[in-house]
Amino acid sequence: MASPGSCGSQSMDRCGGEQPHVLAVDDSLIDRILIERLLKNSSCTVTTAENGLRALEYLGLGDNQHSNCNASKVNMIITDYCMPGMTGYELLKKIKESSATREVPVVIMSSENVPTRINQCLQEGAQMFMLKPIKLADVKKLRGQLMNTRS
Amino acid sequence: MDGVVLQLQRKLIDYTNSLFHEGYINEQFSQLQQLQDESNPNFVMEVVSLFFQDSERLLNELGKALGQPVIDFKKVDSHVHQLKGSSSSIGAQKVQNVCMTFRSCCEQQNADGCLTCLQVLSSEYFLVKNKLETLFKIEQQFMAAGGSFPM
Repeated sequence: MASPGSCGSQSMDRCGGEQPHVLAVDDSLIDRILIERLLKNSSCTVTTAENGLRALEYLGLGDNQHSNCNASKVNMIITDYCMPGMTGYELLKKIKESSATREVPVVIMSSENVPTRINQCLQEGAQMFMLKPIKLADVKKLRGQLMNTRS
Repeated sequence: MDGVVLQLQRKLIDYTNSLFHEGYINEQFSQLQQLQDESNPNFVMEVVSLFFQDSERLLNELGKALGQPVIDFKKVDSHVHQLKGSSSSIGAQKVQNVCMTFRSCCEQQNADGCLTCLQVLSSEYFLVKNKLETLFKIEQQFMAAGGSFPM
């Protein structure tokens, strides 16, 4: 984990180099492996987390944590909706609540096409909602969006 | 190309096509194949092996849950939901389909329906496992004879 001293400035340009860094959150190991491969195939660097708590810890938003540098180096967060403990929606809310992370685009994935769920997430600030299983074409579209949101 | 390799290539193509044609696997499986390359030469087999492990664990859990004097349908549904997710992620269409029916039985708290679904699910799972293991065997023969991907 990067130490506070090596953070550099918290500039608006979050992209270090050509490869966007994506944090992928999913309780299913198979899906974590898949999303990681899909993202790496689209020239992203990837960090995975198996649940919302771990994701928040990585971002420095866990309980008893001081903010860390990871949040400023993450260009996108992609999370499953249905997870035990903290759902993707609850994770989305926490991300949007913190000034350190609220600008990071969040994508929600779900195997279920539930319009109220989709609207709820989009209203809370999710960038996109994607239906599982995620395909190469979906990730390419995401990648394209990432390019557009870079300063 | 060598005659033996050509023959094996033909066998591989035909067998793969039959699995698609018969509905054992769907387009999502092709996605997995597309993610396999020189730097990830065993990707499909690795993900599918995980699927096998995970499925067998879940089938066991389902057996236990449905064997209880008082069935916890929420728990049963949760296991089926996981299996539906992973089978969808690797493209195991028939298994995925049974999971959908199974979830309806859970919703209706239909114990007999659930038991039947478990039998069918088990059956379909071992069938697709057998088919995929055969596919991997042919692939290995093909590569051992000097064949390579992409074909």
